[in-house]
Amino acid sequence: MTRIEELVKEQAEKHGRQRTSLMPILQAVVSSEHYLSEDALVAIANELDLSTADVFGTASFYTFLDTVPRGKFIIRVCKTITCHMKGKDEIIKTISDMLKINLGETTNDGKFSLLQANCLGWCHKGPVMLINDEVYPEVTPEKVTDIIGKYLKKG
Amino acid sequence: MSKYKVNLKINNIPISVDEGTTILDAARQLNFKIPTLCHHDDLCVAGNCRVCVVEQKGNRALPASCATPVSEGMEIQTNSLKVRQARKHIVELLLTEHNADCTKCFKNGFCELQEMSNAYRIGDHVFIDLVMEKDKVTDISSPSIEKDDSKCIRCQRCVRTCTSMQYVSALAVTHKGNDMRISTFLDKPMNDVVCTNCGQCINRCPTAALTERSYIDEVFDAIYDPKKFVVVETAPATRVAIGEEFGMEPGTRVTGKMVSALRRLGFDKVLDTDFTADLTIMEEGTELLTRLKEALVDGKDVALPMLTSCSPGWIKFQEHLYHDLLDNLSTCKSPQQMFGPLAKTYYAEKVNKNPADMVVVSIMPCTAKKFEAERPEMRGSGYKDVDYVLTTRELGRMIHQAGIDFEKLEDEKYDSILGESTGAGIIFGNTGGVMEAALRTAYEIVTGREVPFTNLSIRPVRGMEGVKEASVKIKDVKPEWSFLEGVDLNVAIAHGLVNAKTLMDRIKAGDANYHFIEIMACPGGCIGGGGQPIPTNMEVRKKRAAGVYEEDEAMVIRKSHENPEVTELYESFLHEPLGHKSHDLLHTHYTPRKRH
Repeated sequence: MTRIEELVKEQAEKHGRQRTSLMPILQAVVSSEHYLSEDALVAIANELDLSTADVFGTASFYTFLDTVPRGKFIIRVCKTITCHMKGKDEIIKTISDMLKINLGETTNDGKFSLLQANCLGWCHKGPVMLINDEVYPEVTPEKVTDIIGKYLKKG
Repeated sequence: MSKYKVNLKINNIPISVDEGTTILDAARQLNFKIPTLCHHDDLCVAGNCRVCVVEQKGNRALPASCATPVSEGMEIQTNSLKVRQARKHIVELLLTEHNADCTKCFKNGFCELQEMSNAYRIGDHVFIDLVMEKDKVTDISSPSIEKDDSKCIRCQRCVRTCTSMQYVSALAVTHKGNDMRISTFLDKPMNDVVCTNCGQCINRCPTAALTERSYIDEVFDAIYDPKKFVVVETAPATRVAIGEEFGMEPGTRVTGKMVSALRRLGFDKVLDTDFTADLTIMEEGTELLTRLKEALVDGKDVALPMLTSCSPGWIKFQEHLYHDLLDNLSTCKSPQQMFGPLAKTYYAEKVNKNPADMVVVSIMPCTAKKFEAERPEMRGSGYKDVDYVLTTRELGRMIHQAGIDFEKLEDEKYDSILGESTGAGIIFGNTGGVMEAALRTAYEIVTGREVPFTNLSIRPVRGMEGVKEASVKIKDVKPEWSFLEGVDLNVAIAHGLVNAKTLMDRIKAGDANYHFIEIMACPGGCIGGGGQPIPTNMEVRKKRAAGVYEEDEAMVIRKSHENPEVTELYESFLHEPLGHKSHDLLHTHYTPRKRH
């Protein structure tokens, strides 16, 4: 049994093997692995006796359930109108320059991915950015440099 | 259905229908045809295309009639101004995402969306055309099925077919919003996923998003190549369906006209897969009796129940999902693939042709047969045994192209040899048919008497029930079959892969006391095959099945072992069922495949 299969099995024991168990298992794998690999999707399909197309179909519906490799820290900058008007482009440029990656890319060391997100519900405090589950409202290029700097120091 | 009645008015006409009836079905009872796209009689309700909207008094929204059950006192308008305008806009919106390249499309003239667009006189571009934005590539990885997402209107008939009818789920709805599409696991090519090539999705696709891979041009090229000797074989189920391509009623028996049309198309010899269906019975029946003997007399650990192997969609399904039971699968090739190697060996010798110059074309109700012909193990003759496989629909198209007036054709007979068949061969086209044909022969081999059913019609194995069971008591056997004396031969039949799954799960659970099981991938068996004329639904399947049984009863010989050409084949060439030559030419092996 591979590590991924073990992880999936463990999650299936915890959440059950019903169709409704699919979402929590997908979420658990993403929070542990940062994305859903082909092996992970197959393991989940096997464990829940679903077709892989079905599992992929569900995962692909959700932006936060990635099926391509992502970094340990996934930075998502809100791209919707309010944040756009409050200068999200500048935020993205700052991060991009700092980490030497474009939108949609992951750093070579696998630490950071830079993405955009649809409305995060923080329009009153835009521009807003998310790093994994942490929300950073009212960011400025300066603030962002600080925040990313702290993450760079993290392991 | 509940016996409670609900009263409502549709277009001011009062009607009383069973509780639970949809508005769509209630309107049909009054002969009002509400247009539909995502709705299909074989499938569960989806309600996503919205073209079937109607106006309901007191309701500001327009409910989808396919998805809304009737209620007491309801007043429905199916063609009010509001409905007409909404419906037109809905079709226009569907068209913005549909590559309406109609003149170059394989489904031109057969497309449900095109028909609707025509009916509602959709003209100007009211909405922005989005097709160009999407940059879609046609998936031609599979030898059976082409998938062109630019034609897809996302009605999900294919997904529902693949999931609920076939339990395959090779197709699913993936991504969302503007990117939502019908796709496979990780968007892989069709040939790399669990697809069984059954083609039921093609049969239900309202546009040309899913079509068979067509080999019409290759076949015409072969016909017009003077160096090639082109023989054609026709499957049992084609002769009760091809007429539909020319506006005839489903189930109309047009065997003679089909033979005549094939000759006019220029095939050098017109032969019959029914002949190899009879041969299959000889081989498979002997295989079953051998397995029973090994189990009952020799005490060997033989894989039972034995499963039929005529349906290539079913075979691939088993290779993917139940490969631990592949030993139970008969080693017999399907009739199509028995025909190929015999044509290029036995027949080639008889007609004095070099097999290298021969082209074998088969006309099938099936798309999985295209994949089957491409299998690497299907080269028993030393050549590719069957060169091209065409669906019933493709043959219809060839006949149209050649300007042949099908309905006016005189009946003609198959060429000899490999053209003689029996009623038993013909019923291969129906669910339960292989079983019935096998029983007619096996019972007689063992007892020396005909099966104890009126007029050779083994009713318990017939009909459209998903899983059928029967038991035949074997008594007063011939001395060499004494081990079968008093045995109840238990058989089961499943058609449609979701029903196959039910049976297979029971076998795995040890909860199935059968000796022999027939499985066909498609609902109704081959008459409901993925290569058959569109539409195919329960009503159509029943009519075609009735046509097959009529054809059987009209035959002089109705038992496979009495086919004189089969007897001759054994005497002069194969020598005995399961013999050395049979093993080389008529039997095969299977490949376990990953489910995922």
